[in-house]
Amino acid sequence: MQDYIEKTINLAAPLSKVWHALADHVSFGAWFRADISGPFVIDAVLQGATTSPDYDCMTWEMVVKRLEPQRVFAFEWRDVGSTEPATRVTFQLEEISTGTRLTITESGFSALSESRRLEMFRENTKGWEEQARNITTYVEARI
Amino acid sequence: MSKPESDANSIDPVTIFAALGDETRATLVRRLSDGRPQSISQLGEGLDLTRQGVTKHLRVLQRAGLVVSNRHGREMQFVFVPSSIHEVQDYLKEVSAKWDAALSRLKSFVEDPRH
Repeated sequence: MQDYIEKTINLAAPLSKVWHALADHVSFGAWFRADISGPFVIDAVLQGATTSPDYDCMTWEMVVKRLEPQRVFAFEWRDVGSTEPATRVTFQLEEISTGTRLTITESGFSALSESRRLEMFRENTKGWEEQARNITTYVEARI
Repeated sequence: MSKPESDANSIDPVTIFAALGDETRATLVRRLSDGRPQSISQLGEGLDLTRQGVTKHLRVLQRAGLVVSNRHGREMQFVFVPSSIHEVQDYLKEVSAKWDAALSRLKSFVEDPRH
């Protein structure tokens, strides 16, 4: 069964501009319609909240996993207070004659292993207790 | 982007994903996917698991709504419920639609000379 989403879009904009729209947290927030709590840095644990009037305010926690300038940007995210598994979102960029080809995948819907989850939040000492509670809830819901 | 909420009276797609996210359970579902009811011993054939172990995995699948059990004489039989998979497909469709909307906003954003 397919448990990931993949989409490709051609953008009439140079690679550097598309990269900036993704990797700069303020620009990202502008098109994604979200407030992101800080700059995208590897292993940073950030909070996001929707700013769109079309949806109820949702908050999530995200951890930046890959930041390879003009090539790959990836993070893992999960809704705050949810027992859902974290999923990984990856943006891949490629220069084409008309601008930039962007491929986005979201994967991991069939649940990350517990060790991956622990690794994911290992650095996050501040939110650790909250995460531990979420993980416990998640694990208990699974068994 | 928030993950879509599931229908209150249906099984949470996450429960289904979690149930399928295990190699043994995925194997059991594959064995049942032809629609034929099968017993615990038939399902456990060739797997390095005790009868109790197989039963435990089947119970997880049952709670996720992926299989149902029927008593057949003295034996318990399990049958796959194909409609359970639709929950998961609908969920992915909703996530997919949200990405379509987000990517279309990104396109407008980067193609706008003012940015």
